[in-house]
Amino acid sequence: MELWFSEYHTKNTKLSIRVNEQLYSGQSEYQRIDVFDSPEFGRFLTLDGIMMLTEKDEFIYHEMITHVPMAVNPDIKNVLVIGAGDGGTVRELTRYDSIEHIDMVEIDEEVVNVCRKYIPRTACKLSDLRVNIHYEDGLRFVRRCENQYDLIIVDSTDPFGPGEGLFTGEFYGNCYKALTDNGILVNQHESPYYEEDAKNMRRAHKRIEDNFECAYVYQVHIPTYPSGHWLFGFASKGLSPLEFDEERWNALGIETRYYNTALHKGSFALPNYVLKELG
Amino acid sequence: MYDQNRAPIYEALKEYNDMRVVPFDVPGHKHGKGNPELTEFLGQTCMNVDVNSMKPLDNLCHPVSVIREAEELAARAFGAGLAFFMVNGTTSSVQTMILTVCREGEKIIIPRNVHRSAINAMIISGVIPVYVDPGVDRRLGIPLGMSFADVKKAIDDNPDAKAVFVNNPTYYGICSDLVRITKYAHKKGMKVLADEAHGTHLYFGEKMPPSAMTAGADMAAVSMHKTGGSLTQSSFLLVGKNAGISEGFVRATINLTQTTSGSYLLLSSLDIARKYYATKGRELCASVLRSAEYARAEINRIGGYYAYSDELVNGDNIFAFDKTKLSVYTREMGLTGIEVYDRLRDSFDIQMELGDIGNVLAIMSPGDKWKDIERLVSALAEIKRRYGHESIAPLDHEYINPDIVLSPKEAFYGEQERVPIMESAGRISCEFVMCYPPGIPIIAPGERLTPEILENIDFSKKRGCFMTGTEDMNIEYIKVIK
Repeated sequence: MELWFSEYHTKNTKLSIRVNEQLYSGQSEYQRIDVFDSPEFGRFLTLDGIMMLTEKDEFIYHEMITHVPMAVNPDIKNVLVIGAGDGGTVRELTRYDSIEHIDMVEIDEEVVNVCRKYIPRTACKLSDLRVNIHYEDGLRFVRRCENQYDLIIVDSTDPFGPGEGLFTGEFYGNCYKALTDNGILVNQHESPYYEEDAKNMRRAHKRIEDNFECAYVYQVHIPTYPSGHWLFGFASKGLSPLEFDEERWNALGIETRYYNTALHKGSFALPNYVLKELG
Repeated sequence: MYDQNRAPIYEALKEYNDMRVVPFDVPGHKHGKGNPELTEFLGQTCMNVDVNSMKPLDNLCHPVSVIREAEELAARAFGAGLAFFMVNGTTSSVQTMILTVCREGEKIIIPRNVHRSAINAMIISGVIPVYVDPGVDRRLGIPLGMSFADVKKAIDDNPDAKAVFVNNPTYYGICSDLVRITKYAHKKGMKVLADEAHGTHLYFGEKMPPSAMTAGADMAAVSMHKTGGSLTQSSFLLVGKNAGISEGFVRATINLTQTTSGSYLLLSSLDIARKYYATKGRELCASVLRSAEYARAEINRIGGYYAYSDELVNGDNIFAFDKTKLSVYTREMGLTGIEVYDRLRDSFDIQMELGDIGNVLAIMSPGDKWKDIERLVSALAEIKRRYGHESIAPLDHEYINPDIVLSPKEAFYGEQERVPIMESAGRISCEFVMCYPPGIPIIAPGERLTPEILENIDFSKKRGCFMTGTEDMNIEYIKVIK
């Protein structure tokens, strides 16, 4: 018997992963949640049939969404994480003793419950004392914040379904207001490769540029995401992601599998076609 | 027989589809096969039911089977004596009401903030308007309802008038005291006509202002398509149980101007929307009310905006407030409603129903998703943060009592010449000028242009209102009586 999970990356392309067994399937108020176990990628989580993370490659995503801004400003104390119900981003953040407070805003409590039970590899630090989980809409939460976070990480699903509001001009504007003067916004920025994803990527970039003095994009390689080529956004009121104290970060002694300070700088060097799309 | 779970037109269309009838009648696209690009765009199902009147599907001009049954079900659902399926918009429902109860030269008592369709009906019929000042909220600048005292005075001053026309509610959700107006008008032998273009939900929700049929009005035009979920251009015309108005005469009046090729897309949409509201309306309206109340509370929390509700009620020209309406006053943070309306669309991809000089208005319906409401609230917060400035004074527009010199019909068909609008003071207008939306005339055919009116037009133009009415697209020239 063969059991495969397949996800369409475009109408004409799909990625299939052989499945050992389905560990969980449920419909929450917001979306369908599934967890599978696979020989190649270990356990993996999908929402509405779309790949969120696998045990094998999640380190790439979570290290790069976290350590880049933390290296740029090691004095970050207050962090807001939006989405990120799997806990991977929080896990990386808790490795910094200097961080005092983490608010995590996830709309779907079920995602957190399921990850706690089935994917402890990412959910393991959600009970850290610095972490406060708020189960509500990210757009609503951030609307009420002003000048209070040094870092906002938007670890969201795609811009359709529950994550839709997190790709809008009003959301980025509200984030700007919620950030301190040295604040940084890092966001899941979709992919530049397939046209549908690229459209979302361009729109998101334009809206971030409209709201922030500085808007950069950096790239990572995530084998299970469409095309494998993924982007993150780095926006600030002045801080440049390329001017940072490498030695200071290296002195922290945080062990990583993907991130290093040389790669940090290199990841902001983008292919010509991506530069062109960003305009 | 009167099972509201049934939808006779919809059921007949499904049966028709199952029979795989070979079409040698209009429409010529023949279930879409004759226009592949359109079929690809609208979908095969849509093309399959875009068909002509035929025996199994009945005929809108003279309904005897499935359309008749559907109309009877609708009448029951709305608590009306008769219901007519309308496919030429609520405009045609409003016109039919006026043409049914008034003849040439007869008077109708009507609030000035009436939709242009009502004044157009007077141009067609030669009916004479007697306007009642709806009053304007001094702070918000919105037109209100009619106070009972003003209507009573108009009735007493014009005992020969045939009917009283009432907006129930207005665009902004303001209701007049329809029950009392109806009682008094009936006592004086006048009919009561209600424009319920924005009032579908009054028939199905709890804790709502009274609907026209509940209040005992004689006829009502209900825009099912506005908040009731049917397709654009479809509408219901209702006749009250005790109105004493002949079905045949109403039908004949409708047929004067309504198409003889009634669209089955529109008819089935009315049928299905009626079924939906008749069976689920209470919950649907409750959820709309909850959304509107939530949005209002969140918007008022931002500061600088005023999302108003039933605290406006004064027992007079704001007799009741329809809380499913979401109107927001914007001038306190230094922006006009039009500016906020444009910003929402251009910078945030949010389309509002209308923006006027002081307010933006969102139409709420069961189709609103929580995340859309969060987006609207957040976008308003952003507009305040990025573009807001000091409060601008409320507008204190005095009601300009129109000087009606000729009937709208006489002016419309009179001998005319075109003059620059700013030089037209003293002349009799042959045209409308209005901001659209909400489509309330600043001047209507047959009325004298005054310096005050010209100033109002000039001000609205400079504020960027979308002005319509004159043949001149730029509203720089106006046709007046020679």
